[in-house]
Amino acid sequence: MSDSRASTLNSKLRYVGQLALFAVAMFGFGYLLVPLYDKFCEVTGIGGRTAEGPVAEAEYLPTEPDMSREVTVHFDANVNSSLPWHFEPVEKTMAVHPGKMYETAYIATNYSDQPVVAQAVPSVAPGLASLHFNKTECFCFTEQLLGPGESREMPVRFFVHPDLDDGTNFVTLSYIVYKNDDATARETVAMGQ
Amino acid sequence: MTDATAAQHDAHEHHPKGLARWLFTTNHKEIGTLYLIFSLVMFLVGGAMALVIRAELFAPGLHLVNPEFFNQMTTMHALVMIFGAVMPAFVGLANWMVPLMIGAPDMALPRMNNWSFWIMPFAFTLLLATLFMPSGAPASGWTLYPPLSLQGGNSLAFVILAIHLMGISSIMGAINIIATILNMRAPGMTLLRMPMFVWTWLITAFLLIAVMPVLAGAVTMLLTDRFFGTSFFNAAGGGDPVLYQHIFWFFGHPEVYIMILPAFGIVSEIIPTFSRKKLFGYTSMVYATASIAFLSFIVWAHHMFTVGMPLGAALFFMYATMVIAVPTGIKIFNWVSTMWRGSMTFETPMLFALGFVVLFTIGGLSGVMLAIVPADFQYHDTYFVVAHFHYVLVTGAVFAIMASVYYWLPKWTGHMYNETLGKIHFWWSTFWVNVLFFPQHYLGLAGMPRRIPDYAIQFTEFNVISSIGGFAFGIGQLLFVYIVWQCARGGQKATANVWEGARGLEWTVPSPAPLHTFDNPPNVDDPDLVAHTGGTR
Ligand code: HEM
Ligand SMILES: [Cu+2]
Repeated sequence: MSDSRASTLNSKLRYVGQLALFAVAMFGFGYLLVPLYDKFCEVTGIGGRTAEGPVAEAEYLPTEPDMSREVTVHFDANVNSSLPWHFEPVEKTMAVHPGKMYETAYIATNYSDQPVVAQAVPSVAPGLASLHFNKTECFCFTEQLLGPGESREMPVRFFVHPDLDDGTNFVTLSYIVYKNDDATARETVAMGQ
Repeated sequence: MTDATAAQHDAHEHHPKGLARWLFTTNHKEIGTLYLIFSLVMFLVGGAMALVIRAELFAPGLHLVNPEFFNQMTTMHALVMIFGAVMPAFVGLANWMVPLMIGAPDMALPRMNNWSFWIMPFAFTLLLATLFMPSGAPASGWTLYPPLSLQGGNSLAFVILAIHLMGISSIMGAINIIATILNMRAPGMTLLRMPMFVWTWLITAFLLIAVMPVLAGAVTMLLTDRFFGTSFFNAAGGGDPVLYQHIFWFFGHPEVYIMILPAFGIVSEIIPTFSRKKLFGYTSMVYATASIAFLSFIVWAHHMFTVGMPLGAALFFMYATMVIAVPTGIKIFNWVSTMWRGSMTFETPMLFALGFVVLFTIGGLSGVMLAIVPADFQYHDTYFVVAHFHYVLVTGAVFAIMASVYYWLPKWTGHMYNETLGKIHFWWSTFWVNVLFFPQHYLGLAGMPRRIPDYAIQFTEFNVISSIGGFAFGIGQLLFVYIVWQCARGGQKATANVWEGARGLEWTVPSPAPLHTFDNPPNVDDPDLVAHTGGTR
């Protein structure tokens, strides 16, 4: 009797140990989803993220643009509420031929009386088009500092690759600019001296 | 052996009295009772919040509460009902009934059982305390989507801690239930002889252990984003708010099945009893439950079609979601077949079980409508979704819980409840719950968004109807409280078997079930017991 009691106790504890381990593993799995998601988005383009640095023009730009096809690119601008900037595209839309390089610009104005550093985060919709939307130059690759009241035109150079899905005739390039608090504090101190 | 039994009996006699008895109890029946009472209290608290919502929506315009408080009410109502009312009710039922149904003397880990319960009052004190904090309770919806949830006050930290505590409690409860079922079945109680309620709970417990930690991870990321400078969901820092939705719904969809599988189990117990027939298709019920549980892991993105995803992904999640309707349909078919040519009677538990079958199916159908991607673009975040999940949760999960309370109350208290009042409670609830939720389908189809305190005037009539239904349904639940209280106090003595057609080990012990049962395991193959157990399955 006491033997079998002890053995049921042992097997209970084994279950508890295994199940608790499973619970801890699933907690870890929740965190594992973060890098998995990033990788997944990077590979598939889901999420509309674009490359974080310039795309090598020589490598990707086809020699012959596809002049028979026209894709409309919409430019969109958003400002995070904590950033005292005006921010808007110079052109709202542009008709482009895949495989050809284009340039446009956004205008940013700092309407506060302080220097402010901001970071622009781009995204492309529809998500899958982001794989074929290439920027060779963009203000979003670096931090942007604007002095009090300063205004600046910031260029973007891009091309749409001819591999873009046939059914996609509209692409939106959207930016949201955020205040970079650390860099702003650094600049404020530097100005004060 | 004799020594051990004597010592055990001795221990029983020195049972502490008063508050200490409940504080330190390790008895599965007492803990079950605690869970059920806790759940009932939370049901009333959450219900009061719902009535604030319905009162505000009684007329267009902002006339009763300010919008910020309205949002706190929608958020808190959901959190209280899901984590405070429905889940603890099922855990309470498992505590009471699983050992009785499998012939075990108690849960596998009685002391952990005590902790699982006593964590809950602390968790809900933390959660409800946020209502009185300067920044107010969370107001971003129960899903706590960033960036909105990160823009609220510091009370978020309390909510997250409360969710952690509830999660720990649920996981400990689930581990206990699995260990009990796999380890403590009476001789002869093979897996495929277990009552359906036990089966559905076994599967639910695995779901709980799989997804509650994922929710814990998601809210921990919210916590560090809000207070410790990480950027999991903050786009400015390279994060992505959509990621939160994926993690949340990876938990969230299995969670909705956590709230319905035990209900399936309850209904599968009650319908055979009052049809005086065996459950039709027992084995297919087990497999259907298991496949629903499996499928629930691969459909989460049907909650987020509108965030934008490639066509292929949308199609995958649409079809995967619709496939769930197949095992669900099998279950409904089996319940109906069980009743077919049975000698049916319609006592209150059976009425609630039948109400469940009909009304849950309506919720399932609106679910299939929502799964259609282009249709969901229109329905998403409207009252249509609200109608859908209240049919599956109120007339589904909550009706099943009520059915189970009427069904087992005589076993718990030793008295019959007042059958007339029970029937009134059923018909009153069923009528008004439809007045409450059916018009919300139309509101949603016409475009009324959810979680907004005001609405365009063309939505007035249906909102008025819905609010009247809400108040009437709410008042009806006070009758339920009275019936339970009256039955606990006294009444006609219940027999051991209680219901003529009842089968299962729980009906072989006297009513009320003594504090200690099955100290010596019953042998399920014993001819006297076969009629009660093996014979039905
Ligand atoms: C045939 C079965 C079901 C199908 C096909 C289904 C489908 C769906 C879909 C597509 C949505 C998302 C709607 C939207 O937000 O646009 C949804 C929402 C929801 N469903 Fe179901 N569902 C089913 C069964 C259930 C069950 C059994 C429950 C719970 C017991 C449930 C609870 C919920 C809840 C709570 C939500 C809303 C979550 C929120 O946004 O707050 N559903 N359902
Ligand atoms: Cu779902």
